[in-house]
Amino acid sequence: MPLSWYLIFAAALFSIGLYGVLSRRNAVAILMGIELMLNAVNINLVAFWRYSDLASIAGQAFAVVVFAVAAAEVAVGLALVIAVYRRRETVAADEINLMKW
Amino acid sequence: MTGLEFVFVLIAALTLFSAVMVVTTPNMVRAALWLILALFGVAGTFVLLNAAFLAVVQVVVYIGAIAVLMIFAIMLTRKVMKDSGPQTNSTWGLAALIAAALFGGLTFALTRSPAATLMAPDFSTVSDPVAELGRALVSPQAYVIPFEVASVLLLAAMIGAIYVAWKK
Amino acid sequence: MGDPFALISQWFTNLLLGWGLSESAATVIRLLVGAVILATISMLTVVVLIWVERKLAGRLQDRPGPNRAGKFGLLQPIADMIKIFTKEIVTPAQADKTIFHLAPVVFIASVLLMWVVIPFTATVMGANLNVAVLYVVAVGAFGVVAVLMAGWSSNNKFALLGAFRAVAQMVSYEVPMVLALMVPVLLARSMGLTDIVNAQSVWFIVAAPIAAVIFLITSMAEVGRAPFDLLEAESEIVAGYHTEYSGMEFGMFYVAEFLHVWTIGALLGTLFLGGWRGPGAETYPLLGILYFYIKTFIGYFIVTWIRLSLPRIRIDQMLAFNWKFLTPLILVVLIFTAILDKVLEVYAVSGWGHALSMLALNVVIGWATVQALKKVEKSRQRRRPEFPPRPVAVAPKSE
Repeated sequence: MPLSWYLIFAAALFSIGLYGVLSRRNAVAILMGIELMLNAVNINLVAFWRYSDLASIAGQAFAVVVFAVAAAEVAVGLALVIAVYRRRETVAADEINLMKW
Repeated sequence: MTGLEFVFVLIAALTLFSAVMVVTTPNMVRAALWLILALFGVAGTFVLLNAAFLAVVQVVVYIGAIAVLMIFAIMLTRKVMKDSGPQTNSTWGLAALIAAALFGGLTFALTRSPAATLMAPDFSTVSDPVAELGRALVSPQAYVIPFEVASVLLLAAMIGAIYVAWKK
Repeated sequence: MGDPFALISQWFTNLLLGWGLSESAATVIRLLVGAVILATISMLTVVVLIWVERKLAGRLQDRPGPNRAGKFGLLQPIADMIKIFTKEIVTPAQADKTIFHLAPVVFIASVLLMWVVIPFTATVMGANLNVAVLYVVAVGAFGVVAVLMAGWSSNNKFALLGAFRAVAQMVSYEVPMVLALMVPVLLARSMGLTDIVNAQSVWFIVAAPIAAVIFLITSMAEVGRAPFDLLEAESEIVAGYHTEYSGMEFGMFYVAEFLHVWTIGALLGTLFLGGWRGPGAETYPLLGILYFYIKTFIGYFIVTWIRLSLPRIRIDQMLAFNWKFLTPLILVVLIFTAILDKVLEVYAVSGWGHALSMLALNVVIGWATVQALKKVEKSRQRRRPEFPPRPVAVAPKSE
């Protein structure tokens, strides 16, 4: 199985995640789209590790760092969503526009 | 098509279908459950890539922690059980166009790249990659600095999340 | 005598190859048959376990337990099964039907999947994963998701509350459980369960008794059995996340809970009590299976014993016990175990010397913990204002 299979699969996953981020109104749904994009990145990292020099573990090490970043991002993101909901009673991203303009 | 390729196509189709459902399902809890299935599919892809450790960590971190957190957040930020109103914003058509263009461009570039036809090297000769990864993450010659920075980031995120979500 | 399981597997593969199947097809079929046998044995164990548990409960509470159906009430689980299979499965009108019916399946799968990595003997196991310990934790995560699915899709506020409680408990007790699992991993230098069993020339319960006890406590909380059963406290939230389930769908939650307790016994036996190891187990693999089952039953008996003896704890006690006691304690144990293990490695101490030094370390940590707890208790008493005991009723003073 050539490397391009994994790369195209990851590209499709990334595009779907991007669509989710750009089109959803719910802030939690936007975070879900970001998760999909991060997962696509991880697939690429691991695929590059598997298809190049197996002795250098860089791809897997980067994937571990991406896991940590994703966990941190979700924790802070959801805390913000809950804080905004307490104050404004909404989680729709296009209604949270106090700081716009 | 070999058995491995068949399994890959199966997992990829499942993951992409679940991902599409994540971004299109109006019901948020259902979208989160589809997200779990998509993340599980990615874990399956890691297994196909001989990265068993990352596959298991993917399940622990994403399904056991992140997805559960998301379901909690969805349930905590609503007054009624049902979602009301449209779930997509007015520019969703443009968003779909951008996503499709990105996918088209990436596929075009990838199929032209010389790396696209690369085949995987034999795996059976390699020593235990889990031990290798563990050593790399703590050895000063390799990734101890990024690893420690990531742990500091997690600590900072935890404190920040507690402070932001604290009921004053 | 050779390994009978290897012989059977060899014979079965040859049979399939004789039918003209290819090598890989024969392997796939062999693995599928193995998976079906493994799952069936696990489920059949539950039938026996239900009888054992009811008998044990009876004995511990000074009553005979089931004794009408068959000799010693042995047919009681059969009668229970017939009853539960013939009951109607009720679906709430406003439920999210797909998720509602999927939740018990995911729940039972999360427990059954753990049996994939547990070694029955040196050769009999589902898969020899090199990340088996982490795999067990990962599969447990599906149980959390299933509980959330059940609680949310029932469209019942008690079910949702029960699911919230269950998830809060399962997620927070996962932290000390993973840390406790790290101690045998550290001692064996491997996450594979086969390697961990092979490393136990001296059982790890000698070298890591505190980790074993904490693993047992946290996994009891993970299952949600008394005294940690506040996620289905009937006086507060009816029956928790499975309030709306009836018939065999409730039965699946019930069976999964029993099987999970049995799995805890198996993990305790494998990680701390030497797994299938015992006198003569290397030469006679059947003996290894016997040892494995005896050790599993020890863990199962302790969990059942605690369940039948202790009252339910409150939710603040549950969280405080986890975050203020278990997690700091196991962190201290893990750090000092790692340091001492490195020191002993430098001085090339192994076997009983290694285990006894570890035991001494655990005794010191345990003693320090008790002293610290005494101090905390004393300062708490000092803060508490002294009230003279108030009598509930006072006898009237006679004239």
